[in-house]
Amino acid sequence: MALVELRNVTKLYRLGGEEIRALNDVSLDIAAGDFISIIGPSGSGKSTLMHILGCLDSPTSGTIQLDGTMIHDASPRQLAAIRNRKIGFVFQFFNLLPKLNVLQNVELPMVYSGTGGRERRERSMAALQQVGLDNRAKHRPSQLSGGQQQRAAIARALVNNPKIIFADEPTGNLDSHTGELILELFRKLSTEGRTIILVTHDPEIAAVTPRRIEIRDGRIADKVDETLAGLNRLPKSAAPAAP
Amino acid sequence: MNLVNAILIGFKEIWAHKFRSLLTMLGIILGVSSLVAMSALVKGMEVGAKEALVAIGGLQKFRIEPQFVPVEQRHLRDQAVGLTLRDVYALGYSAPLVTNLSPEIRLERPTLSANGRNTRPWNCSGAWPIVLEMLEHEIAHGRMFNEIDDEMARSVCVIGTNIRDELFGTPEETGEEIVPIGETININGQAFTIIGMFKHYEGEQDRRRRELAAAQPQQAQTGPARSRGRGGQRGNFVFRMKNESVYIPLNTMWIKMLSGTALSPEPTLSSVELKIADMEKMNQSIQQVRNVMMSTHKGIEDFRFRTQEDWAENINQFIRNARLSGGTIAGISLLVGGIGIMNIMLASISGRIREIGIRKAVGATTGDVFIQILIESVVIAILGGLAGLVASWGLVQLISKVSPTENEPIITAVALAVAFGFSVAIGIAAGLIPAIKAARLHPIGALRYE
Repeated sequence: MALVELRNVTKLYRLGGEEIRALNDVSLDIAAGDFISIIGPSGSGKSTLMHILGCLDSPTSGTIQLDGTMIHDASPRQLAAIRNRKIGFVFQFFNLLPKLNVLQNVELPMVYSGTGGRERRERSMAALQQVGLDNRAKHRPSQLSGGQQQRAAIARALVNNPKIIFADEPTGNLDSHTGELILELFRKLSTEGRTIILVTHDPEIAAVTPRRIEIRDGRIADKVDETLAGLNRLPKSAAPAAP
Repeated sequence: MNLVNAILIGFKEIWAHKFRSLLTMLGIILGVSSLVAMSALVKGMEVGAKEALVAIGGLQKFRIEPQFVPVEQRHLRDQAVGLTLRDVYALGYSAPLVTNLSPEIRLERPTLSANGRNTRPWNCSGAWPIVLEMLEHEIAHGRMFNEIDDEMARSVCVIGTNIRDELFGTPEETGEEIVPIGETININGQAFTIIGMFKHYEGEQDRRRRELAAAQPQQAQTGPARSRGRGGQRGNFVFRMKNESVYIPLNTMWIKMLSGTALSPEPTLSSVELKIADMEKMNQSIQQVRNVMMSTHKGIEDFRFRTQEDWAENINQFIRNARLSGGTIAGISLLVGGIGIMNIMLASISGRIREIGIRKAVGATTGDVFIQILIESVVIAILGGLAGLVASWGLVQLISKVSPTENEPIITAVALAVAFGFSVAIGIAAGLIPAIKAARLHPIGALRYE
C-alpha cells in the first residue's frame, strides 16, 4: 500500500458565484521514500493539491488515504493532529514566528503534540544540527539570513519526525546560490529515506527530483512536457546529455 | 498544548505590547476599584447605622406618641384625654407582654446655663429612673436620680458629656476630665444640682479617630481662639443625641417646670417607651397595648405607635438602594473595561492572522487557538483586577480624605472577592468573541494573509 493514495479527488471553489474547478478527478499514489516535485504554472491547482495532501484543506469529493488513515472526511481536530505528527511544511516565506527565537520556533509543533520541555529542547537541537543551524538557536528569525531562516523552517518541519515533508516553493524567496544549498539539503534528507514533495513552478528545481508530476488545469498531465518544464535547458550537472 | 504554555504565551504577548496592555487594563482597574470603593462606602454606612441602632436600645422597643385625633373622630376631640400616667399604670397592670415602661415629658426649647456659659441641649426630659435602662444609658460619674427624688420632686439632674463640654469645657481643652457633680446649673432659669453624668457615647470609628487625634501633637494655635460651633463636632448623630441629653425626675418636671403652663390637671406625657420580652411577639404586644389604650382613651385614637423595626427596615432599604445604584455604576465601568479588552483582542488577532495560520499548519487545533486567545484576554483581566484591588485601597483613602463622612469606609474581603471575580468573568466574556473568530480562521486563508 502506498503512503498516500488519492482517488478521484475533486475540489471546487466558489468565487463570486462562479464555480472554479481547482482539482478535477485527480488520482495519485505516492510511495514512502519518494522525492517528488509537483510542477505547473500558477493557477493550475498545484497549491490546492498540496493543501489537500497536507491536510490543510478537504476535497469536495474523492477519497484520500494517508499512512493508513482516510483523511478526506476527517474532522478539523483529526486533521490538526495529522498535520502535527505526520506532516511537515516548508513555505516560500519561511513563516517563522518573529517573536520567538529559532529554538522556540522549531519547538512549536511539539508544543501542540504535548511533548515535555526537556525532550522538546533535545529534539529541536538535534533537528537544528541536522540543518546546520545549531549555533543560531537563540537568534530571532529577523537576525538570520533568508537561507538560514529557511533551514530553521526545515528543522521545524523535521522535528516531529513526519511521514511527509511538503515544501511550497522553498527557494522562491532565496537567491540562486542559497536555493541550491536548500535543494541540496532536501536531496540529503531524501537519501536518508524521507518522503519529500516539492511544489514549484520552476522546472530547474523540479529537475532535482527523480519523479515529477505536472498539473495542468486541475488535472495531472499524462506526460511531463519536457519543453514546458524546461528539462532540455538543464545544466549538464543535473542531467548529463551526449555532447 | 497545556494551560501553563497558554498562560506563558499570554504573558509574553502582554509584555510585548506593554503600553497597549496597560491602557486596556486601566478600564478594568477603574471598574474594580470603583466597585470596591463603592461597597466600602456602603459598608461603612451600614456599620454606622447598625451601631446606632444598638445605641438606641435595639429592636425590642417601641414607643407611644400622642397624635391628632383622626378625622372620623374629630367631633370627639374634646373628649380626648391625651397620653397620661394613667395609661402607663394601666399598661403596667394589663399588658403582660410589656416588660418595661418609661414615660417621658420633654421640655420644649430648654436652655441650660452654668459657669457663665449657656447651651441648648438636644433633649431635656423628665423621666423615671428606668429611662437609664430603656435608652441604654450608663452612669459614669455620680448616680442616677431614684424613686425618692422623683417622689419628692427634687431639683436634681443627670447630664450627658456634651453638656459638660459646652458648659465646663472639653477634656481636650482643659487637659483634664471635669466631673461637674455637685455643681448647680440652671434649666430655663430654675436651679438644679448635677448628681450624675453619663459616660461618653461614641461609635467605633469616632473612638478611633479621637484616640488618633489625642496621640498626635497639638497644633500650635494661631490667631484668636474661635468656636467651631456644633458643625465642628463629628460623629454619628445618634451618639451626639445621647451625649446632649439632660434628665430630671418626671415629677420635678411636672411640678417645677410645667405646673403653671399646662392646661390639663395631670401630667401630659410626650411619649412612653415600652420594652417587650420577646421580639417575635412584637405584633401581639402592640395589639395588646392598643387594646388597653383604647379602653383608657374611650376609643379615641389620639396616640400612635412607632417601632424601631420601621427604622431598621429603612436602614436596610437605604443600604440596599445605595448598594444597587453604586453597584450598577461600578458594573457599567467594569463593562466598559471589558469592551476595551474585547476591542484590543480583536485588533490583536487581526494583526496576528498569519501567526494563527502558522500555528494551525504545525498542528494547533481549533481548541488550542481558542484557548490561547481566551487566556490572553483573561490574563489581562486578572492583572487588571489585581491592580484594581490595590488601586481601590488608594481610592478609598482618597475618598475619605476628600469628603470625610460620618462613617469610615470599610473594605471587606467579600467585596474584594466579588470585584475580582467580576473582572475575571468580564475577561472571559470579552475574550470569547475574539477567540471564536481566531479559532475559526481557515489555515490556508490565514497563511496567505498579508
